[in-house]
Amino acid sequence: MQILIKGGRVVDPANNIDGIFDILVENSKIAKVAKNIKDEAKLVIDAADKIVLPGLVDMHVHLREPGREDKETVESGTMAAARGGVTTLLAMPNTFPAIDSAENVSLLKEIIKNSAKVNVLICGAISRQRLGKELTDIAGLRSAGVVVISDDGSSVDDQALLLEALKKANQEDVLVSSHCEDKSLSGNGVVNRGFNATRLGLRGISKESEYLRVERDIELAEKSGTRMHIAHVSCSESVEIIAKAKKKGVKVTSEAAPHHFALNEEAVLGYDTNMKMNPPLRSKQDVEAIKKGLKSGVIDAIASDHAPHTENEKDIEFDRAEFGVIGLETELSVAITELVEKDVLDWKKLVEKMSYNPAKILGIAKGALGVGSDADIVIIDPSKEWLVKKEDFLSKSKNSAFIGKKLKGVVEYTFCSGKIIYKAKE
Amino acid sequence: MNWNKKDLLGLEELSKEELEHILATAESFKEVSTREIKKVPALRGKTVVNLFYEPSTRTRVSFEVAAKRLSADVINIATETSSVKKGETLIDTGRNIQALKADIIVMRHNYSGAAVMLARHVDISVVNAGDGWHEHPTQALLDIFTLKEKLGRIEGLQVAIVGDIAHSRVARSNIWGLTKLGAEVTVCAPKILIPPGIEEMGAKVSLNINEALKNADAVNVLRMQFERDELNAFPKQLEYFKEFGITKERLKEAKKGIVVMHPGPINRGVEMSSEVADGANSVILEQVTNGIAVRMAVLFLVAQARDINANTH
Ligand SMILES: [Zn+2]
Ligand SMILES: [Zn+2]
Repeated sequence: MQILIKGGRVVDPANNIDGIFDILVENSKIAKVAKNIKDEAKLVIDAADKIVLPGLVDMHVHLREPGREDKETVESGTMAAARGGVTTLLAMPNTFPAIDSAENVSLLKEIIKNSAKVNVLICGAISRQRLGKELTDIAGLRSAGVVVISDDGSSVDDQALLLEALKKANQEDVLVSSHCEDKSLSGNGVVNRGFNATRLGLRGISKESEYLRVERDIELAEKSGTRMHIAHVSCSESVEIIAKAKKKGVKVTSEAAPHHFALNEEAVLGYDTNMKMNPPLRSKQDVEAIKKGLKSGVIDAIASDHAPHTENEKDIEFDRAEFGVIGLETELSVAITELVEKDVLDWKKLVEKMSYNPAKILGIAKGALGVGSDADIVIIDPSKEWLVKKEDFLSKSKNSAFIGKKLKGVVEYTFCSGKIIYKAKE
Repeated sequence: MNWNKKDLLGLEELSKEELEHILATAESFKEVSTREIKKVPALRGKTVVNLFYEPSTRTRVSFEVAAKRLSADVINIATETSSVKKGETLIDTGRNIQALKADIIVMRHNYSGAAVMLARHVDISVVNAGDGWHEHPTQALLDIFTLKEKLGRIEGLQVAIVGDIAHSRVARSNIWGLTKLGAEVTVCAPKILIPPGIEEMGAKVSLNINEALKNADAVNVLRMQFERDELNAFPKQLEYFKEFGITKERLKEAKKGIVVMHPGPINRGVEMSSEVADGANSVILEQVTNGIAVRMAVLFLVAQARDINANTH
């Protein structure tokens, strides 16, 4: 079937395009990108005053299935992704069981085949059961279809183990994504260490607990000559360390989560557990550093770290509540509101951070709108505002840090392989 | 002034005027406890629930006496006997108490922010009787009330707070209350017990007890809890006493008439000597007496605010 998207502003950094074009989709691929396409199409979408982007690639998502289907499933999580304009995502391995063997990869693959609405890539664990003790069979994971390995949720404390993982990952051409946290420093902390933690009477998580680990992990990556990706960068020191490493030629990439550039630690005043995540919301200066890092290119990608939790796990005392927030359905609008509207990034840069760069880091043929590309497309109304409401989320969990906030930019259509997988209500 | 807060969760969110209003109200209630019949009908027909997740006989008894002197009915729920242990959430517990048609929940909880969360989920009044390391507003109010009674003013006073500042809700509430009322606060403790950013709350920091006492008009001595992990670095209670304990000798070097306070219960010979605790500068028992008046004032004001709000909606 043919679909013609007419007269939208097409932003496609992969092909160095930013202008008014028509896009013709044939079956699952992009057939033409040109001015005034005259071809007949079954469906014509008027995209005047709209922006047309390649589908977003989110390289940090917790889908919770298998094991915690009460929080999220592959189906609900990918429906949420579609609403947020995300057409490809990387599913993190801290499920039950953890994705630490070829068998478990196959198990997840089967679930994905049956219920995913968007492209789901699989991240495998670095260590068995993510315990940081024994390496997984990285070659086996790779042949089962894993593209990234990570013990996300925990850092690999054992340097020798991580070094070995990096060497294996290098041989297998698998990306290592690193959750940087020295638990001996972050301890039982729940919010950023400093004045705000003190006035709230909550235990602090120091920035050292993050950036000392960023420093160590980059050093090991350099030593092993393996490329490494630093997940959810939250503080200025980490940005500086990554900048230095990149300058030196170390093969390191990094991502930031929307909450870390849109919110600072003061959002925790009032003990809203939807402001509790790991790494925690940091200071205003850190927020500025993250934005600067995005602008300069030190931070390559925006990834949601979508972390669904049930209300039972969140509507309790702050200390006891789970870490993490959902983000798939808000990340694009938060980025538009905080980065594009505030002149941190232009549209092209935004698409780089949310689609083109993560596709490149993951080594997949996504994040582009050229002829022959998969027709993963998002059409947004950039000027429309919307109010984030708990009851509107498609995710099974409602733990968003942006409930009650007004955001700019509404996803009108999401296409995955030429099929409409999301259409906004009129 | 018109009091319109249905809850008392902390002193951080109160204005100077609101603080003064509570103190003035407490003053008028203090006289009740000197009467032969120590009772006024201010809260007759109201139910106060003391919900204590942490054992604290003194605070609980003080609230109970205060509520009874206002003619309220009092129900005590302690963790041992309630459904808390069976895993009921705080919000469910709060809603159940509300369904009993209680009017005020007085809550002590071991987690910071618990009272704030409870107040968000119930319509009835919540009075924070201490939450984690966060705030203990009625303790600070009674400290301030006692200080004002002794020295005639708060504005311009130098107050030292000595002890485990990092883990103290009493210290935090005192800093907010005292600085809003124009006093200067110095916190004094071993470095490991000074929380980061405390200066931004408006307090000065001193690591030397003699220096902290030098110009102080009053010293508030906190209870030391050596069972905390963080205090492993301070192996001996005696060592703490030597470096930070309040002794007669140390007070000799301080201002004459320095007021010595302690929220209780005292570890004699750990944070202060018995001589000081029982000495002429100590107002520790007056604090206990004033606690009743201050808590009467707080219960009265929050109940009144709720009545007014109910009538206007
Ligand atoms: Zn992580
Ligand atoms: Zn994560």
